[in-house]
Amino acid sequence: MKRMLLLGDEAIAQGALDAGLSGVYAYPGTPSTEITEYIQRSKEARERGVHSDWSANEKTAMEAALGMSYAGKRAMACMKHVGLNVAADGFVNAGITGANGGLLVVVADDPSMHSSQNEQDSRYYGKFALVPVIEPADQQETYTAASYGFDLSEKYGTPVMIRVTTRLAHSRAGVELMEPKPENELRMPADKRQFVLLPAIARKNYQSLLGKQAAFEEESESSPFNSYQDAGDTSLGIITCGIAYNYLMENYPEGCPHPVLKIGQYPAPRAMVKRLLDNCDRVLILEEGAPFLEEQIRGLLDTSYKILGRLDGTVPRAGELNPNIVAASLGMNIQEGMPKAEIVRPRPPELCAGCPHIDSYHALNEALKELEPGRVFSDIGCYTLGALAPFHSINSCVDMGASITMAKGASDAGLFPAVAVIGDSTFTHSGMTGLLDAVIENSTITVMIVDNETTGMTGGQASAARGRLEDICSGIGVPKEHIKVVEPLKKNHEMNVATIKEELYYRGVSVIIERRECIQTLKISKKLAKEAEKK
Amino acid sequence: MKRDIILAGVGGQGILTIATIIGYASVQRGLKLKQAEVHGMSQRGGDVQSHLRISDQPIHSDLIPEGRADLIIAIEPMESLRYTSFLAPDGWLITNKKPFVNIPDYPDHDVLWKEIEALPRSILIDGESIARKVATNRSMNIVILGASSPFLDIPPEELEAAITTIFSRKGDTVVEQNLAAFRAGRAFAEERNLATT
Repeated sequence: MKRMLLLGDEAIAQGALDAGLSGVYAYPGTPSTEITEYIQRSKEARERGVHSDWSANEKTAMEAALGMSYAGKRAMACMKHVGLNVAADGFVNAGITGANGGLLVVVADDPSMHSSQNEQDSRYYGKFALVPVIEPADQQETYTAASYGFDLSEKYGTPVMIRVTTRLAHSRAGVELMEPKPENELRMPADKRQFVLLPAIARKNYQSLLGKQAAFEEESESSPFNSYQDAGDTSLGIITCGIAYNYLMENYPEGCPHPVLKIGQYPAPRAMVKRLLDNCDRVLILEEGAPFLEEQIRGLLDTSYKILGRLDGTVPRAGELNPNIVAASLGMNIQEGMPKAEIVRPRPPELCAGCPHIDSYHALNEALKELEPGRVFSDIGCYTLGALAPFHSINSCVDMGASITMAKGASDAGLFPAVAVIGDSTFTHSGMTGLLDAVIENSTITVMIVDNETTGMTGGQASAARGRLEDICSGIGVPKEHIKVVEPLKKNHEMNVATIKEELYYRGVSVIIERRECIQTLKISKKLAKEAEKK
Repeated sequence: MKRDIILAGVGGQGILTIATIIGYASVQRGLKLKQAEVHGMSQRGGDVQSHLRISDQPIHSDLIPEGRADLIIAIEPMESLRYTSFLAPDGWLITNKKPFVNIPDYPDHDVLWKEIEALPRSILIDGESIARKVATNRSMNIVILGASSPFLDIPPEELEAAITTIFSRKGDTVVEQNLAAFRAGRAFAEERNLATT
C-alpha cells in the first residue's frame, strides 16, 4: 500500500483525487489554501484534466462546484471558515437542490484566529443547511473523509461538509492511500427540475431534505468516524469532536480510564450520546471550536447538571484546544516548563522589505497629513498590516470588500474625504459590486487599489484582477480621467502624493491603482527566469 | 524512541527545511511522525514555530504539550527563548547566535546571549560564520541542524542521506555545501563534549 507524508489539507486533496474528483473550486484562504494548491501541482490531476483554477471568490466557487455536481461529476468547493459566509447563499440552497454527482464543501476553520478575523465554527452552517458534516480527527481520517463523503453525498443526493481546523489542516503525518477510483461519467439529474428552486419545487425539495434527517442520524450512529470506547471508570465520560480526541489521548498514553465517545460525523449520533450520559456520572465535552455539540446536549434549559465543557468554564470559552488545556479540564497536574524569559518581545508580522504597500502607505499618510485622522477604510490582505506601526494608516478591516462600501457609507454620512484601500484580488473577490453602488450614487470616495498583481497574503496565488483593473473600473462607470495608475516607489513619492491629493478632493468616485508586483512573487519569477535562461 | 522538537525562527528564515530533513530521515527509519506548521499571516516576518514529533509508538497530538519537548532548535536566539515553557526539565536548547532584528525593542544582544547560556542545557552557535567557512551563508540552518543532530537519536549518516536526497534537485555543489555545513555543526556540538544522550 502506498504511504505519503501529507498535511491535513493535502490529505483531503489526495483523498478527493483518489475518489474520482473531477474539479476543485476555491478562493485562497488560510488554512484551506493548500488543498487546491496540491491539486494544481498534482501530475495525476493534470493528466486527468481535473479542474483546479482559482475562482474569483468562494460564492462563485461553491456555485461552480454545484454545477459540476449537476452534470453528474464529483466536485469539491474549498474555503476558510469566513469564506463560507461569502458562499453561504449557494451552500444553504445547495442543501435544498441537493446534489447529483458527489458534492463536498470543505471548510477549514481557524480557532484562535491565527490568520483570521473571527473563529466561527462551520458546523453551525452544516446544521443550518441540514446536511451531514464530517470532522476528521487526524490526517488518515481526513484522507478517508473525502471518499466517504462523496459516497454519502451520492447515496442521499446531498452536499456533504468536511470541517477541519488549523492544526489538522497544517500538520503533516503519514497517510496510507487506497486504490484510486475512476471519475464519474457525465450524467444529467434524473429530475430536470431538481435544481429549479421555484417555491413550489423548493417546498417539495425541502420536505425531502427534512425527510432525510433521520437517515443522516442513522448514518452517524454507524459511521466509522464515530466510536464509543467503553472503559471502567464511569465517574466521568468524555465526548471528543474532531482533533480534540488526539489531545485527550495524549494525556492518557496507557489508554483512557473513562468511556469516550469520539465524534467525527454529524448530525450527532443521539443514541451514542444518550448511552454515554446514562452510563456516566458527569460528561466532559471537548470540542475544537464553539460549544456546538455542548449547546445541543444541554438544551435551552440545561437541567442536566452533569455536563462539563466550554459553557460552564471547565474548558475556556474561546480559542483552540491543546494537550495542556485538555489536561487542565480533566483536573490533571500539568508538567510546567520554564517560564518565558522576560526579555522576549512580541514579534508581530510585518510588510516584507521592499513591499510596494510600504510606499503606498507612506504616500497616503502624507496626502492625509493635514486632515483629522480616521478616514481610511481597508480590507483583508497583507496591506491590513498597515494598521500597525510604523504606518497606522488604516481604520477598518472587516470582511472581503468592506473597504469600498464602508467608505461609501461614511461618505453618505458626510465624511469627506473618505478613502478605501483594497488589494487587487480582494477587489475582484468582493469589491466590484460595492464600487458599482458608489458609481450609481456618484458617492465621494477615493478608492486606492493596491495592485501587487497577486493574492499575496496566502502565498502568491494568481489574481483574477491581473491586467483587468482599468477596464473593470471603467466598465463599472468610474470616469476614465479619475482612474489613475501610479507605481509605488520611493522615487515617485512626491508625484504619487500629488496624485492622491488631487483625487481626494474630487467630488465623485475616483480610483488610484497603485501597481507594483509583490516582492515575494517577483523573487520567484526572477528565479524561474534565471533557471529558464540556463536551460 | 521518541523525540519532541520545537523548531523556532522568524517567518521566511526557513525552519521548515530542518523539519523536512529530520522528517525524511525519520520516515526512512520507519518511525511515525507528526509535524504542525504555521502558514499564513505570521509568515510575514513574525515569530513562527513548528512542532515536530517523532516516535516508534503512535503519536496522538499534533502539538507538543508544555514541559515535554526534548529539543528546541532555533535559527534566531530570541525566538529560541519564546518557547522555553515547552522544554522538558532535561531538554536541550540549540540556537543560532545571530539576532534577526526587525522590531524596535529587540533586547540587548549580550543580555540575550547570557540568558541562553545560563540555561542548564543549551548550545549557542554562530551558524552564519561556520556556514561561511565551509559553505555559504545560506547553509546556516543546516549548521544548526548539525549541532542538534547528536540529540536526535538518528545516525548522522541517515541525516546526511536525507540532506543529499532533499538538495539533489539543486545540484551536486549545493549538496556538498550542505553536507559540509551539517558536519561542521555536528563537530561544534561534539567538541563541546555535549554529545550523546
